[in-house]
Amino acid sequence: MYETNYHRASSVADAAATFAKGAESKFLAGGQTLLPVMKQRLAAPSDVIDLSKVQEMIGIEVSGDTVTIKAATPHYDVAQSDAVKKAIPALAKLASEIGDPAVRYRGTIGGSLANNDPAADYPAAVLALGAVVKTNKRSIAAEDFFKGLFSTALEDGEIITAVSFPVPAKAGYAKFPNPASRFALTGVFVAKTKSGDVRVAATGASQSGVMRVAPIEQALKANWAASALDSVTIPASGLLADIHGSADYRANLVKVMGQRAVTAAG
Amino acid sequence: MGVEGIGARVVRKEDRRFITGQGRYVDDVKMVGMSYAHFIRSPHAHAKVKGIDSTEAMKMPGVIAVLTGQQIVDDKVGNLICGWAITSKDGSPMKMGAWPAMAPETVRFVGQAVAVVIAETKNQAKDAAEAVVVDYEELPAAADIKAAIKPGAPQLHPEAPGNIVYDWHLGDEAAVKDAFSKAANVVTLDLTNNRLVPNAMEPRAAVAHYDQAEEHYTLYTTSQNPHVARLVLSAFYNIAPEHKLRVIAPDVGGGFGSKIYIYPEEMVALWASKKVNRPVKWTGDRSEAFLTDAHGRDHVSKAEMAFDKDNKILGLRVKTHANFGAYMSLFSSAVPTYLYATLLSGQYVIPAIYAEVIGVYTNTTPVDAYRGAGRPEASYLIERMMETAARQLKVDPAELRKKNFITTFPYQTPVIMAYDIGDFHASIDAAMKAIDYAGFPARKAKAKADGKLRGIGLSCYIEACGIAPSKAVGSLGAGVGLWESAEIRVNPVGTIEVLTGSHSHGQGHETTFCQIIAERLGVPISQVSIVHGDTDKVQFGMGTYGSRSLAVGGTAIVKAMEKVEAKAKKIAAHALEASESDIVIENGEFKVTGTDKSIALPMVALAAYTAHNLPDGMEPGLKETAFYDPTNFTFPAGAYICELEVDPGTGKTSFVNFVAADDFGRLINPMIVEGQVHGGLAQGIGQALLEGAVYDDTGQLVTASFMDYTMPRADDLPSFQLSHTTTLCPGNPLGVKGCGEAGAIGASAAVINAITDAIGNNKLEMPATPDRVWHAIHG
Repeated sequence: MYETNYHRASSVADAAATFAKGAESKFLAGGQTLLPVMKQRLAAPSDVIDLSKVQEMIGIEVSGDTVTIKAATPHYDVAQSDAVKKAIPALAKLASEIGDPAVRYRGTIGGSLANNDPAADYPAAVLALGAVVKTNKRSIAAEDFFKGLFSTALEDGEIITAVSFPVPAKAGYAKFPNPASRFALTGVFVAKTKSGDVRVAATGASQSGVMRVAPIEQALKANWAASALDSVTIPASGLLADIHGSADYRANLVKVMGQRAVTAAG
Repeated sequence: MGVEGIGARVVRKEDRRFITGQGRYVDDVKMVGMSYAHFIRSPHAHAKVKGIDSTEAMKMPGVIAVLTGQQIVDDKVGNLICGWAITSKDGSPMKMGAWPAMAPETVRFVGQAVAVVIAETKNQAKDAAEAVVVDYEELPAAADIKAAIKPGAPQLHPEAPGNIVYDWHLGDEAAVKDAFSKAANVVTLDLTNNRLVPNAMEPRAAVAHYDQAEEHYTLYTTSQNPHVARLVLSAFYNIAPEHKLRVIAPDVGGGFGSKIYIYPEEMVALWASKKVNRPVKWTGDRSEAFLTDAHGRDHVSKAEMAFDKDNKILGLRVKTHANFGAYMSLFSSAVPTYLYATLLSGQYVIPAIYAEVIGVYTNTTPVDAYRGAGRPEASYLIERMMETAARQLKVDPAELRKKNFITTFPYQTPVIMAYDIGDFHASIDAAMKAIDYAGFPARKAKAKADGKLRGIGLSCYIEACGIAPSKAVGSLGAGVGLWESAEIRVNPVGTIEVLTGSHSHGQGHETTFCQIIAERLGVPISQVSIVHGDTDKVQFGMGTYGSRSLAVGGTAIVKAMEKVEAKAKKIAAHALEASESDIVIENGEFKVTGTDKSIALPMVALAAYTAHNLPDGMEPGLKETAFYDPTNFTFPAGAYICELEVDPGTGKTSFVNFVAADDFGRLINPMIVEGQVHGGLAQGIGQALLEGAVYDDTGQLVTASFMDYTMPRADDLPSFQLSHTTTLCPGNPLGVKGCGEAGAIGASAAVINAITDAIGNNKLEMPATPDRVWHAIHG
């Protein structure tokens, strides 16, 4: 690791101000991506601003039809939250399947979204549930937030403070883990909103990062059942291909995980 | 057996320090004035080194030296050696290119070192390494066997035209041809044995110290065989005279073969310690381990088996290409020849066998012995062949095996090995019973109703272990003898130190070897210490690999104990005024049989050292040494059966059951044996389902971290059902055969046979990833 200046932020405002002072600052949330990359000398931030102890960024609130998870809340807390389990059980399940226990104790929802790894789990939930990403500057609709692999609508120095999820009528998540990394080789989140709309998002599959899956959405709008996807074909074009999964295999997984997510949603 | 003797499930003595974090590994060694080495490694699979400019690096903080490949050549440090000479079928010796510890002219695999920075801190060494400018001229690379042997392929070494190291054969080609001409059925099979990265938990490391006043070197290193390291470093690499070099392999966190070899980094650390006149530490990181620890396996084979009309095997023909990587590692040449083709008879009567093995250079990390070493490749080939044959001949795979089992011993195979003893029917019967083989069709039907594809697969492996005897391996080209040594020191107070040439890096020798002493003398194991891993303390020994520590090293301990006991009995008889032949040893006492007269071991020991009243002419002291060289290999064997389900939607495999019925001869500590089998099975299953080193066409290692190289995790594995059937090894007094490699040798075929049974498609390569299995189901 290259030498760097470490700062523990006391508040969102403090974090933003410290960030602005550094020549090449980076925010540190749970450190599950940034720290390994720094250890391999593949990143050399001048300043690292640690958000993990910013109290106003930690916690879970449920009010009415909205679940708000503050950005520095670790996955473990989301997975264990009775409020989340009750309001959006699929979200708690998703959090419980991220990485391994060590990752879940440290990794945060804000860090995951800001990094936007194309195989991360949370982006699927955020996109399928139509969540709103709140920052220290604005609110960003899920639709507008994800901009491709490791790319988001966040501006330099902008901090995710919370994510608000509308409570759906039904939701389910099914993930097929990459055998080595346990990231999603493909994960599919299905949601039926209280207004009857169906939104489906897949992570790990597309060369453009998390994506809506229109053929599955259409089939489920007509019939909310796993069997409704039997005749759906997911095109392999534009999907990722690597040693763990070819594009046609991932296309199959989008469909099969979609079916299992519907079954899980009930 | 006593409570701590042979057969007792004694808790491991060494675990207290391991599980409390108090093990002492090479990286824990700190010396006054210690400096740190960081290697500059080639990013290219094949390139000329046009120049190395360290001007800027030398100006950086803390930098002591930047040393290059040319300097190591100038200092006349020897090239790395391959210790087993193989002769091609045309009578020519194998064709080897030179392997300098750091490349002065040409790099031939990604990760090969070209220079090293020595600095005050590790970070300073890394910073300076980035400032060293290496001018490479890239050359085309041959990243796999196919690319290396095609006409016009890039040439790695001028000494090896066509990148062929050797074209070797074993067996009777004419007899096999004759057998096939009489065959009622011929079964053919093409297979790949995937390349594996060993990934011992502890990466390799070295701390080297040159004492200028004494002109003496000390090397702490992660080695499975410190005496062999010292011998090679002095006799072949000319770095230090043998008597001026102490090699210490302290606690070592796993080897699996990968720590047998004396690697460039350890050589350079030792050489550099004199060069800079400072202690030098190098600790590899995981990325370096992926790139530079000798990989395992990597065979491409074509096999044909001939059967008569009664489904008896008539002959076997095998052609294998073995990938050696860019250089010939220490024992690499022996792995696909004398550790592979000699086991191609498996557990079966095969009247005629002919094997051809072509060793190939590629622009990849060197390949050498890895847990099983040649025997997993042989076992995988034979056991997939038997399953394939059963399907083609439309007979039950267990019945086909039983029909062809060797049942009389000793049995001379057509490929050198003479099996001393075994009972293959007992193993397969035990395994079939444990898994309820007869009930499988009903379970398969039920799984089908649940939408799952269920399969069952067998694997009846045999291995040659206790790697020895010296005379035999010498006649086959080995550059070393493969005996083992032991020294027993009974101290004046009666406590015992066992100095063994074996090296424990996870095997539990500190417990098992004590149990041998406890059994013989009836003393608690707390009174016995095992000393190993330090050339200044222990007499020359050959180290630990090839499941040899107990069969060879343990027997050396027995032989030394026999000498100790003989002398002790003389002393006891003298003290008790009895006849030596009447003395028996029980519960730590020397008794006159049939009387109540006895003398305790501490008193015998004290008498030996006070020497006030010894028999006339007897030397004082109670310390004996034995060197033991067996007359044959040992032949552990067993039957593994795997039952699993495949999810047709994803191709994901889930275990239902995995049973192992092994014959290791006598078990000294069944708990440790079970641990060894569990670990071996994990590696065998890992090879079958998860692990595979993948290079791209340019020779870059794609699976260079755990993000892409799938190490088996606990939740990837079933809960194993183990059992043992026993035939005592006639070749050693303990009756033991060795257990360290069995799981890794036998498991892979059982898993793949089960999956191919489940999906009804035999075309499936390892690792059988969900993607591959799904494609095998759906095309």
